[in-house]
Parts: sequence; C-alpha cells; structure tokens
Amino acid sequence: MELVLSIGIGVLAGAGVWVLLRPRTYQVIIGLALLSYAVNLFIFSMGRLKMNAAPVLEKGVGVDPALYTDPIPQALVLTAIVIGFATTALFLVVLLAARGLTGTDHVDGREP
Amino acid sequence: MNFWSDHLIVAPIVLPLMAAAFLLFFDDRRRVLKSTVSLLAATGLLAITVLLLFHLHMDASAGEATTHPYLVGNWPPPFAIVLVLDPLSGFMLALTASLAVPALIFSLARWHRAGPHFHSLFLLLLMGLNGAFLTGDLFNLFVFFEVMLAASYGLVLYGSGQLRVRAGLHYIVVNLAASLLFLIGVSLIYGVTGTLNMAHLAQRIATTQPEDRLMLEAGAAILGIAFLVKAGMWPLSFWLPPAYSAAAAPVAAIFAVMSKVGIYVLLRLSLLFFGDDAGSSADFGRDVLLYGGMATLTFGMIGVLASQALGRLASFSVLVSSGTLLIAIGIGNAGVTTGALFYLASSTLAISAFFLLIELIERGQDATANVLAVTMEAYGEGEEEEEEEAGGVIMPGTLAVLGFGFAACGMLLAGMPPLPGFLAKFAMLSGALNPGGIGEGGEMTPVLWAFAALLILSGLAALIAMTRTGIRTFWTPVEQTVPRVLLIEVVPVALLLGLTLALTVQAGPVMRFLNTTAQGLHSPAGYIEGVMQAPRTEPWGTSKP
Repeated sequence: MELVLSIGIGVLAGAGVWVLLRPRTYQVIIGLALLSYAVNLFIFSMGRLKMNAAPVLEKGVGVDPALYTDPIPQALVLTAIVIGFATTALFLVVLLAARGLTGTDHVDGREP
Repeated sequence: MNFWSDHLIVAPIVLPLMAAAFLLFFDDRRRVLKSTVSLLAATGLLAITVLLLFHLHMDASAGEATTHPYLVGNWPPPFAIVLVLDPLSGFMLALTASLAVPALIFSLARWHRAGPHFHSLFLLLLMGLNGAFLTGDLFNLFVFFEVMLAASYGLVLYGSGQLRVRAGLHYIVVNLAASLLFLIGVSLIYGVTGTLNMAHLAQRIATTQPEDRLMLEAGAAILGIAFLVKAGMWPLSFWLPPAYSAAAAPVAAIFAVMSKVGIYVLLRLSLLFFGDDAGSSADFGRDVLLYGGMATLTFGMIGVLASQALGRLASFSVLVSSGTLLIAIGIGNAGVTTGALFYLASSTLAISAFFLLIELIERGQDATANVLAVTMEAYGEGEEEEEEEAGGVIMPGTLAVLGFGFAACGMLLAGMPPLPGFLAKFAMLSGALNPGGIGEGGEMTPVLWAFAALLILSGLAALIAMTRTGIRTFWTPVEQTVPRVLLIEVVPVALLLGLTLALTVQAGPVMRFLNTTAQGLHSPAGYIEGVMQAPRTEPWGTSKP
C-alpha cells in the first residue's frame, strides 16, 4: 500500500509540476490542481497508513492509540481541500479575465 | 492583564472579520455607510492594538511574563487552537493597524469607487494579517496565510486593467505554488514530531532522534521556502515588483506590510525551532538567510538604480528592505535583531507612504489616472462625479507638499538623519559590530564587513535613485503638470511620515521595548513556558469574574 501511494503521489506531483510550467493558463490551472491532489495525499499519508481503523475514539474500546488512525491529518486535508478549491475557483476567474483583457491564453498575456 | 484585556487578544481577528461580513450585506453604492464602517473598524483596530502594546510594555517594564496565550477552545495547550500575544506579535499588529488607517483614508478619495467590495477585501486582508501574527500553531498560520492571500488576490486585481490582471496572474500562481510547499512542509514536520503547536514543536525538536532529523530539517526547509517566497528573497522574488507596482495605491501601501509577514514568521520560527536548544539542528538554515539576504539586497539595490518608473522604484525598495531584514535574521544576535525590528517599522512606514505618494505624483503625468478613468467608466462612474470632486479643496502649492513628502521618503529609504531609517541602520551596525555593547569591540568577520558595506551601499543607491527621480519629477519635468490632489489624500501620507518622525523622537523607549522583544526571541524559554502552561479558564459560574 505504501508503495502504491508513494508512486501515486510522485506521478501526480511530477505531472503537476510539468504541466504547471507550460505556457498556457489552462495548463497552469490543471498543474495546480494535480499538485494539490499530490499534496493532499501526502498530508494524509503523514498520519501513517492504517487499514480499518476509526479516527474517532469509541466508547468502551479503550484509548489505545494503536487501535485508531490519526485524525489530525484528516482534518488538515479537509481544510487544505476547501482552501485549495476556493483558490482554484478564484484563479479560474482571473484566467478568464486575463483571456478577455489580453486576447490570449498565454501566461505572459502576449504570444512569444 | 485582566479579564477584558485577555479577550482583547482575539479582537484583532474578530473585529475586521465581523465588519467585513457586515459590509457584504450592503450594495456598493452605499459608500458613505461602507466607508464609515470600515474606517471605524480600522481605527478600532488601531486603538485595540495600541492598547495591547501598552499592556505588553507595562508587563515588560514591570518584569512580568510578556507571553499571553489565548486558548480559543479552552483546551489544555498543546491541543487545539491557541493564539499567542507576545511583544513581537503585538508590535506587528500595531504596525499593521497604523498602515491600515492611512491607506483606508487614502482610498476614500477615489480608489474605493473603482470596483466592488473594496472595504470587505481590505478588512479581510487585515484579518488574515492579524491572524498570522497572533496564531500559535503552524496549521492556523497556513489558514490565516490563505485568508490573507485570498483577500490580496482580490486586491491586487482591484481596479482591473490589463496590467493588473497580467501581474496578478503571476502573483496568484506563484503564491498558490508557495502555499502547496507550505502544506508539504507543515505535514512533514507533523509527521516527524506529531504536533503543530509552535511552542510544543520547539520542545519536541530539541528531543528529536538523530535519524528523524533529516526529515524534520527537510520539512523546515520546504516550509522556509514558502515564507521566503512571501518575503521576496532572491531568486524567489521576481513576481514581487510587477505585482506591487501594478496594484492600486492604497493596496500597495498595505502590501508593504504583507512581505513583512514572511520576515516575521522566519524570525519567529528560526529562533524558536532552531535556537541554541535545538541540539544538532541549532542554527539550521541561518546561512541560507544570510547569503540569500545579501543576494536580495544586491538585487534590490541594482533594481532601485535601474528603475525608470516610480512604482518599480518603490517595489525594489521593498526588496531592499526584505534583504536587509533577512541578513539581520541570518546574523542572529539580539542587538542586530533589535535594530532590525526598528528598521522593519521605519522601512514599512516609509515604503507605504511612498506608494501613496507615487500615485499622487504620477497623477500629474496621467498614466495611472488614465487607467483609473477607464475602470471608473467600466463601473458606470460618469463625468458628473468628477465635476463634484473639482469642488473639493485643491491644495495650494501641491507640488511643494508632494516634493516635501518625496524628500522625506528618500531620506527614510536612504537612511539619513534625523528620520528613523538612520537610527535603524545605526542600531543594526552597532549590534553587529559590538555584540557585547559599545566599547567591547567584537570580532570583525568578513560576513560582517559585507553586511556593513551592503547596508551603506544600499542607502547610497536609494539616495542616488531618489535624487535622480526627484529632480526629474519636480525640477525638470518634460511637461509641467500640477496634479489635482485632495486634502484627504495628503493627510494619510502626512500621517505615515509623522509616525516615522514620532519613531525618531521616541526612539529611546521604542528601542528599549524592541530590545526586550529581541531578547525574548533569542531565549524563547519564556515563550514556550508561557504557552505550554497557559491556565484554562474555569467554566462560567464557577470562577470569579
């Protein structure tokens, strides 16, 4: 599982960086989205990977931390997803405004 | 600190948030209401921060603890969200509020009409800034950073126009990428230490096993890159000059403190996490700050000399200021930090005033005015509004007033007496050359020589650039045009410059306060203890009020 996850994160991040550095604004936004997926998975994995374990303490099961998965990275991921989503939406608006004002979708606002 | 002043700690976050949310309910045409509410919120903020600073000053001079944690959820300290007010954050809060009020007053003359929701965005930016200064844990730092950045994305595009959208696009992409690095850094640090609370982290880092240190330091380095992007360290700073010079004047004025957020976090975290107690990680990354700062200062200096437009000159002055502060953090002794904090205040106020002044000066050369006219047309602002404005007070001798302000900004940026730029540079050099106090005579290492040379050369560069631009603008312009300037636009510049003058006059007490601040930063035990042993509030009814 660790191997699959790390390969997944690596592929997403690599693809994200590559597309982010492309000259078209749409490619940039896709790159940012891919990178944020990679980062979200990465944060999630920092709480260690555990199968079939709840992040919330249950009554009567005891408080042995080995029985539970770490809830903090899950909370962090949730926050990061929300913030990432909002900023991506905002960036989309700017992208459209730039397309309208400059007449091109090149990131520099003019064709090279 | 008593009950009320304890709860004042959260006010710098809550007040702008509430005011911003309240203003969203009203249409943008109700300008009087909107500007009244936001101006009230900003002045309220200034009053609160000054009050907090006064409390801190009293505590510091009485020798009491100056770290005031505020447990938002009333959980015991390493858990949940905690806000911390200490001298450094109090100082930054007061600086932000004293920039916000003049910038807001300035915007009332015309800028707040150039687009929708100016006041809400401005107040949310203040909320993000204040939150970033107050927060006591890394993840909330991220959240407040994002609040601040989201508001700044709106503000950098404020007024629209091709130039702004193009610069704003780069600004947003760079900062989004930096935010992702921020997240990676935070999660790596969490993965190693299992905590996000800054004070708790400082304790954990000291006891981290050697085999985990690599991961921890990698996390800290990635986190540091995110802040260095914000602070504008070369080579991560190429986004800054276009974005700052394209932004509307009141926006640029408040952006002057935004690059200082990066500096604030670097100063706080590098001394907290990698101070003398951090074992083998002590002083981690300090050389990067030192040499990176030197590169930034050199780059900024060349930029200042090469700038044709006033806006770019001011933006490169931001980089000069960042570079100087980064070197000061990199040298890392309490004397230099004291001077650096003083420099931070004086240079931020000067750059902020300069940004406001530039818009007034360039209005005569109608570059910005044209853009503004276009956007006002786009928002349905007709000619009649312009006519109405002509009835306002037109300053006699406008150019003389502007020229005086320009000269004051030049002296501040170059570091000439009697304005505080000089005192700040003097304090930094004296701290670097005499770490044990005047007459003790420390060792002169090549690094210190380089610092002294760069500091003086950067002042010279600023002086040359400002003199050249001043002569071209005021004495030998190609076509003499007197800009039409309202009183309400000169007052904020005068306020900011007056504040720097007050810094000179009151330099003694301010320096003493900043010295205790710097001492506290360099021996963070007081901060760690203050946060970790924060007393929980008893539930209502069981405690004495």
